[in-house]
Amino acid sequence: MRSSEAPPGAVVEARGLTREFGSFTAVDQVGFEVTGDQVFGLLGPNGAGKTTTIKMLTTLLRPSRGRARVAGFDLEEAPAEVRRHIGYVPQLISADAQVTGYENLWVSAGLYSIPRARRRERVTEALALLGLGGVADQLVKNYSGGMIRRLEIAQALVHRPSVLFLDEPTVGLDPVAREAVWEQIDRLKRTYGTAIVLTTHYMEEADRLCDRIGILHRGQLVAVGAPAELKAQLGKENATLQEVFVHYAGEEVELGGSYRDAGRTRRVAARLE
Amino acid sequence: MSLPVSSDPGAGAARPSVARRLEEAAGQLAVLVGYEARKLAHDPTELLLRAVQPALWLVVFGSVFSVLHAIPTGSVSYLQFLTPGILAQSVLFIAIFYGIASIRERELGIITKFLVSPAPRTVLVAGRGLSASLRGLSQATVVILLAVGLSVPLSLSLPALLGVVVAIVLGSALFSTLSMIIASLVRTQEKFLGIGQLVTMPLFFASNAIYPLSIMPSWLRPVALANPLTYLVDALRILLLPHASSLFPLGVDLGVLVGVTVLLTFVCAALYPRMAQ
Repeated sequence: MRSSEAPPGAVVEARGLTREFGSFTAVDQVGFEVTGDQVFGLLGPNGAGKTTTIKMLTTLLRPSRGRARVAGFDLEEAPAEVRRHIGYVPQLISADAQVTGYENLWVSAGLYSIPRARRRERVTEALALLGLGGVADQLVKNYSGGMIRRLEIAQALVHRPSVLFLDEPTVGLDPVAREAVWEQIDRLKRTYGTAIVLTTHYMEEADRLCDRIGILHRGQLVAVGAPAELKAQLGKENATLQEVFVHYAGEEVELGGSYRDAGRTRRVAARLE
Repeated sequence: MSLPVSSDPGAGAARPSVARRLEEAAGQLAVLVGYEARKLAHDPTELLLRAVQPALWLVVFGSVFSVLHAIPTGSVSYLQFLTPGILAQSVLFIAIFYGIASIRERELGIITKFLVSPAPRTVLVAGRGLSASLRGLSQATVVILLAVGLSVPLSLSLPALLGVVVAIVLGSALFSTLSMIIASLVRTQEKFLGIGQLVTMPLFFASNAIYPLSIMPSWLRPVALANPLTYLVDALRILLLPHASSLFPLGVDLGVLVGVTVLLTFVCAALYPRMAQ
C-alpha cells in the first residue's frame, strides 16, 4: 500500500480489513479513510462488526487480512507506535471506580510516559476540558454515568492523541447525559481538530455528530459518505438516516445482534446508571 | 491545550532507543505500583480482613502443635519453624487471589484501557506482579508483629529484614502472576475461585511451610522440591532463623524465585491480550 493513495492528512486509512473467527467473518474487506478534522461514524446494528473493526484499528485484535495505517503508522509493522498516538474509549467501562478521577488520569499519564514534571498539568487540563475539574478528587464510584463517560474521554486525551476512537460513546446513558457527551465531542472537534472515529447504532447520534458515516452491515461496509449525501442519494425528499440504513442494509437497525451483544449492552447500561 | 492534528505520518517512525525504552518501562512500573498503593489507601478493608487468617494459624495451630512436639524441627522451636512458613503462606494466599481483580477488570474495560497504552505487555504484567507485593508486604508485617507479640525468637536485624522484603516481593510477584495466568485462561469469577482453591491447598501442603521435607513420604518430596513455595519458605527461614537448618543456600532460593517469576511474567504477557477479547 502506497501512502500516496490516501487523501492528504488521512489519519486512518484502512484497506481490505478482514477478521475471521473460525468460519465466521466478523469484518469483511472494510476500507475507508478519515482525515484529521473529521468525525467518522461506523453505523450498524449490534453484531455488524463495529467493535471488531475498532479493535483492529486500536491494535487489540490482529486482522486476518488487510492493512491499515493509523496516525501515520502501519498496524502490523508498528503497533506500539500506533498505540502511542491514539486514544480509545471502549464500549465497556474503562474508568476505575476504586480511585478518584484524577488518579485514573494520572496512571494513564504515566503509562504514556508524560514526563513527571508535566503530569499534573496535563491531567488537570484534560479534566478541565471535559468539565470535570470540580470532581477530580472524588472517587469515581460516586460519579454519574455521564460523568464516567466524560472521564473516560478525558483519560483517552491525556497524551494528546491524533485520533480518538469511541466505541458506542453514549450507550446506556439517559438523554440528558447523552446530550452532554455529544456537546463535548462536538467541542473537541471544533476547538482542537482531533480526528474522531466512533461507532454507534443510534441514527440520531450519527446524524448529529458525524461528518461522514460508514454503514456497516454483516461485516461489510455497504455505504460511505456524509449523512446529507447519503440521504440525497435516495432521491427522496426529507429522507432520514433510518431510511438510508434500510436502503443499504435491507433491514432495520434494531434487528441485528446476538444474545451476547444484547447482554453486553445491557450490562454497560446497568453499570452506568 | 492544543491537540496536534497528526504527528506527520511516517516521519516519526524512528523507534525509541533501548535506554529510552528501559527508562520508560521503569517509569511505567513505578506508576502501576503507585496506582495500586492509591487503591489500597482508599479501601484497606481487604488488607485488614486478610490479616485474620495468619493470626489463626500462628496463634491456634502453632500453639497447639508446639505443645505436642509432634514435628521434628531440629534446633529451633516449632513456633520458630512455623513463623516463616506462615509468612510464606499468607503471601501465597493473598497473591493467588489477586487474579480475581483481573477478571473483574476484564469484565469492565479497564484492562483494555491498559492494553491500548504504549506500555509493553511484559511491563503491564510485571507492574501488576510488583503491585501485588504491596499486599504481601502488609501481610508480612502483620505476621512478624504477631510473632514478636508471641515472643517467637527471630533474627530481626536490618539486613535480615531487607532480605525478607526481597523474598516477599518475589514471592508475591510469582504467585500473583500465576494467578493472572489462571485468570486469563478462565473467563468467570466462579471458575477462577474453584481453580484458585484447587491450586492453593496442594501448593501449601506440598511444601515445607508447616512441616519439614524430612517427614514427608518419599513420593511427596519431589513434588515439594518442584513447588516454588518451598523456596520462598526456605529463604525466609534462612533470613529469620540463622541457626536453623536449610534446604539450599539463600542464593539458590532467591535465584529459583527470580527465574520462575520471570518465566511466568513472559507466559502471562503472551496471554494478556486475551483479556481484551
